[in-house]
Formats: sequence, C-alpha cells, structure tokens
Amino acid sequence: MAASSAVLSMSKIIKPIWGGRLATTAKVFGATVSSRREKSTVPPPAKYGGRHTVTLIPGDGIGPELLNHVRELFRFSCVPVDFEVVNVCSATEDDINNAITAIRRNGVALKGRRNTLTMSPPVSLSPSTTLDLYANVMHCKSLPGVQTRHNNIDIMIIRENTEGEYSSLEHESVSGVVECLKIITRTNSLRIAEYAFKLAREKGRKRVTAVHKANIMKLGDGLFLQCCREVAAGYPDIAFDAMIVDNTTMQLVSKPQQFDVMVMPNLYGNVVSNVCAGLVGGPGLVPGANYGRDYAVFETATRNTGKSIADRNIANPTAMLLASCMMLDHLKLHDYATMIRNAVLTTMNETQLHTADIGGQGTTSEVVQAIMRNIQSKGPLTSEL
Amino acid sequence: IFNLSPSLEFVLIFQPAGVRVLYSLLWFCVFQPPPARYGGRHTVTLIPGDGIGPELLSHVRELFRFCCVPVDFEVVNVDSTMTSEDDINDAITAIRRNGVALKGNIETNHNLPPSFISRNNLLRTSLDLYANVMHCQSLPGVRTRHRNIDIIIIRENTEGEYSSLEHESVSGVVECLKIITRTNSLRIADYAFRLARERGRRRVTAVHKANIMSLGDGLFLQCCKEVAAGYQDIAFDAMIVDNTTMQLVSKPQQFDVMVMPNLYGNVVSNVCAGLVGGPGLVPGANYGTDYAVFECGTRNTGKSIADGNIANPTAMLLASCLLLDHLRLHAYATMIRRAVIATVTETRLHTADLGGQGSTSDVVQSIMKEIQSTGPLTQNI
Repeated sequence: MAASSAVLSMSKIIKPIWGGRLATTAKVFGATVSSRREKSTVPPPAKYGGRHTVTLIPGDGIGPELLNHVRELFRFSCVPVDFEVVNVCSATEDDINNAITAIRRNGVALKGRRNTLTMSPPVSLSPSTTLDLYANVMHCKSLPGVQTRHNNIDIMIIRENTEGEYSSLEHESVSGVVECLKIITRTNSLRIAEYAFKLAREKGRKRVTAVHKANIMKLGDGLFLQCCREVAAGYPDIAFDAMIVDNTTMQLVSKPQQFDVMVMPNLYGNVVSNVCAGLVGGPGLVPGANYGRDYAVFETATRNTGKSIADRNIANPTAMLLASCMMLDHLKLHDYATMIRNAVLTTMNETQLHTADIGGQGTTSEVVQAIMRNIQSKGPLTSEL
Repeated sequence: IFNLSPSLEFVLIFQPAGVRVLYSLLWFCVFQPPPARYGGRHTVTLIPGDGIGPELLSHVRELFRFCCVPVDFEVVNVDSTMTSEDDINDAITAIRRNGVALKGNIETNHNLPPSFISRNNLLRTSLDLYANVMHCQSLPGVRTRHRNIDIIIIRENTEGEYSSLEHESVSGVVECLKIITRTNSLRIADYAFRLARERGRRRVTAVHKANIMSLGDGLFLQCCKEVAAGYQDIAFDAMIVDNTTMQLVSKPQQFDVMVMPNLYGNVVSNVCAGLVGGPGLVPGANYGTDYAVFECGTRNTGKSIADGNIANPTAMLLASCLLLDHLRLHAYATMIRRAVIATVTETRLHTADLGGQGSTSDVVQSIMKEIQSTGPLTQNI
C-alpha cells in the first residue's frame, strides 16, 4: 500500500510539471503496483491552474442537448472543469476507441447514451468492460417535490457492470439454436461485493441485500451468493441477506421501503434499477455512476437514448444534472456539487416547472434557467445569466 | 373464458390415438382435455409440495367435495429433501396418465449439489409444458396503487436461462448457458397470438433484451415478428425488458398481452403480481401440447407462513377454477370463481397479505356459504 501511495504522489508531482505526457506511464505503473483490494478512488489531479478536464460523450437522442445544458450551467457557476468533447457518431470501433483513450487520459467522463440497436459493436468493446468500470451505482431516492405512489424510498443499487449476461458471447452451433453464455467469476463477484459493503459502510447503511436466482442457476448465481457471504463475514456491523430476483421485484412494487443497499449481477441489476427508477418518478430523475479502480463515468441511471423526445426541449434535465453533481463530488469539488444539487432539488419542488415525464408542462430550458436563477440568488460568484 | 374453437373439438374427439398424436405435432392444434373416465368423473393429479401447498390444496379438495365437482384427486407426494429422482418421476408418470395436475410449489434447497435440478423445473421440462400463462387482473375488492390492470403474461417455460446447463471450466469462472431455439420461440409466439385472438385481445408485446443479447433474444424477436405477420388483426410491438419493468411500475394499463423468454417472464410476472395485490391472488397455468399443470402464479412455497392458517387461498382456488375450465366443467368453474371474487371483495375477510386479519379457513367457509346461497346442489357445510 505504501508503494502505491508513493507512486501516486509521484504522479501528482510529475503531472503538473510534465503536462499530460507521463500520465499514462504513471497510471500503468500505478495499476501494476496497487493491490486488488483498492482504496477509494483518487480523482485525477487537476492540471494547469487547478482546472480539471473531463471527457464528454454526447451520444444520441437527448444526450447532446442535456449535456449542453450541463456545460451551460457549469460555465454559469464558474465550475473549474473543462470538457473534452468526443463524438461517437458512427458505430465503428474507431470512434469508441477514441472515446476510451480520452477517458483513460482524463480519468473521468460524463456521457449520454449511444443508440445500441443498430449494428453496433458488441458490448465487450464498450467503455464499461474495456475500462473495467466494474461497479454501477444508482441511488434511488424519493424526491420531495415529485408525487409518486410510494414515499420514503432510499435504495442504493450496486450492479456488477462488466460480466454476467452482458458478455456478448453467443453462438449458433446448430441452426436455429442459440447459446448465450453468462459468465460469473469469483474475482469479479468478490470485487463487487467488497465495493458494496465498503460503500454501505461509508454511507452509514445498515443492510445489504444480494439479489440472485441461485435456485435455478446454482453454479453461477450460487458462486455470486457465496462470494457475497464471504465478504459479508468481514463486515459484521452490516446485516446481510439474500433474496431471489422474482421475489425482490414483487417486494419492490409492494413495499420498497424495506430495501437499503442491494448488490447483484448485471442483468438483474438492469431490471431492478429500472423498477426502482420507475418507483421514484421515472428515468428523468435518477443519475447513475460507473466506477472502476482508475476511472469513473457518469450518466443517467436508466441509460435511455430518448430518441422520441430528442431536440424538443421537453426532456427532464434532472438526471443528467445530478450525474454531473456526482462527477463534481468525485473530483472533490464538493462545494460546487452541493450548490448545484441543492438548486436542482429546490427546482424540483416547484411543480409548475415539472417536465412532461413527471406530469408537468415545463420545458428543459425553463428548468435550467430556474436552476441558474436559484444559484445566483444564493450569492456565489457566477457569470451573467 | 377459455373458449377453444368448438368445431375443431368435435372433429378431434372421436379420433383414434394415432391421429391425435399427429395433430399434436402441428403447431395450430388446440388443447384437448383428457376424456372423462368412469361415470363422467375426471382424475387429476395433486402434488401438495411444500410450505403452504398442502394446506391450500386440502382446502381445494374440501371445496370441490362440497360443491360436488366430478373430479377425483390422485395425490402424489414429492419429498423435496430427497436427492433421488424417483418421487418426481412418479409424479410425472401420474400426470402423463391423468393429463392434468394441480400442484403446490416444491422447494429447491440451495445447499444441495448443482447436479440436483429443481423439481419444478424438471416437471416442466419433462412434460414439455412450454407455455406459462398468468392473467393479472385488478380485483375489485383489493385496494392497490394501480387500478384497471389487465395483463396476460405468456412466458416460455422450458428453455432460456432455466436450462440448468452450467459448468466451471476454470476454477472461479462459471459459465451458464442460456438456450434460445427457433422451434420453441415460434411455438410460444404462436401460442401467444392464438390466445390473444381467442380472448379478443388487441395487442401483443414481446419483451426482450436484443440490444445486448443480439443473437439469442434477436432470434426470439424475429420469431415473434414472423408469427405476428400471420395475425394481421393483432398489433405487435416489442419492448426492452428494462423499459418494460419501468413502464409497468408507472403505467401498467398500457399493456395487454406480453410474451417473453423464461427469465424475463419470471421477473415481469412477479412485478405484475405485486401490482395487482401480491402472490396470494394470482393463479398460473402451465400448458403443453398434451398436459396442463395449474399452480399459484408466482410459485412461492410460503415456508414462513405454512400451517399458520394465514395464507391467502385465492390464488390456489382460482387456479383450480382454471383447471375446471380446462376440463370443460365451465359451470362449476364459473360458480367457484364468482364466489371467490365475491369473498375477496369483503374487506373484513382479507388475509394478512392483503392487510386484513382473516384466516384461511374463514375465507374458505365464506366461499362455501356464498356458493350455497346461490342455490346449486351442495353438501352440508
């Protein structure tokens, strides 16, 4: 551990002097030295003048317009973040590789969703697997101003992001018979369980629930469950239990308040996170974060392209703005993060500014303007409106 | 409710066994109940299972005896603690003999070795019960957050993620195989559209994850599209599973009939069951070309509430009504179903899962009183 921290402090000294040129070397060196049981992710050090560079991937659908609003808001609030925009327009591998290189360079990214239905490269080449962003974290919380059928929901969902059903390993050995491989490995399951318990401890959570289907997939989900149990033994202050995925979804729609932190493999994570997003008010409200050991990518939790509402000024910017706040927290710019987050949540309470997805008639730009006014009224130094 | 085309029924009923087998090989065959035996009484296999299964099924038998339903039950016990497959093979033979079964859920112990296949799964695959049909309907007396839900979920029951094909090729790395085949996908899609047409439904939605599993779910989706082309009067659309679950919790009224592979079916059917009031209210049916097995829709063992007289008998009783409909005993089915729904409307008789304090026996007694009051010949309570 001492060696790795020495390496990282070296990289902190090297980087500002040499610019970005030794960054990759330092990162590679750091990667080989640091142990698998990693400490909390260290944000990339700020470069010239204390300003961070963050990769921005607009994506398709509502991504570009929402990320424009994020940039507008950051410029307005004088946030010391510069965006390096990388467009992934065509579905070729080159664009994606450029994006991945940019994220490696900067360490942090904010992205919109790429349209995956049309002839896209397999998931195994996506940023999540290449950059080993193994934990997808989604915090579903009932917002005060949004009226939903359930109240007081506060669930953190930690989803394994790299393996499981999303390995993209399929083949048609016999014509008309397709085999899809779902991979579960011990290392990744231990890693995600460790992450879940560490996060639960940091946030002062009391209970972690593993979601599985081990009665049917005995070896696969059985291995996942066993890894979770092993890790749970090392955290006696946090209660651990397991629940089968079908019972979990049924409990979620009847009594979601019983859940605290949930950890699960990839596909169940997809379904459960979408159910929870629907419970707290829809896809426009929940941000998501993908963490790896060295990189972090932030996006909306439910990963919708929103093709049908693109460029019509009716998309809900809340999810993307809260994702940018998570990014600022990751960069240790906590003041800016809290400021923007408070403004967003205050604006959420104003029912007349609700966008169409939560039942109102407001437009995206109105919401963003209201947030900016809110920030300005609080007093910090801002650009002109 | 289950009105299969009567013309085809007359044609098939007086044909020798060989021709019937030929018909069953064709995809457009309709289900034939096994013919009634001596004295017009049907024999149905009964598998009590574990947890709340035995007590609920004894209530079903009590009710059937009370209403003088011409059904005899052949009880086959399956011990979930035994690792030998004799018990379940006996049960499968009994179902092959009788053609119809009513079952409770058999518990699957996680701690047994992986070679131990889930007994429920073994039953479904051996009998090729390829379609699991679950009709989720908002019941009038039950207060839920969503109203006017009426969704039929048709779930592929034999393949997909439930193939139980797993191996650990390298230590610490497990591969689970999810199998999707063209024949089974066409079969389930055809079943879904036929059922939609019979029930007068307007729309079938296929649920998939073809953006990630492009070969597997892509094949499923393609098969659904091919079958949809043959049913011009029914609208067809597809939705990705994560979007589906999100829509289900916000606006479930938009869905009509849904068809999907095995695992998504499991999750979606449980979400819908939760939306209409919980696992105690929804019956499920598993149909194959030759056999039919009825059970509670969400397949819970209910170990923690077993023998406490607090389980909700509604799901099992409605499943027995589906059984009676399958045996063409429609009058009895309607009578019992009407009584069950009338009792569920009585809030003071709600069991604990619906937020009340009634006991199982209270509910069953009330159903029997309800049936007696409507006039048909019954035994004494």
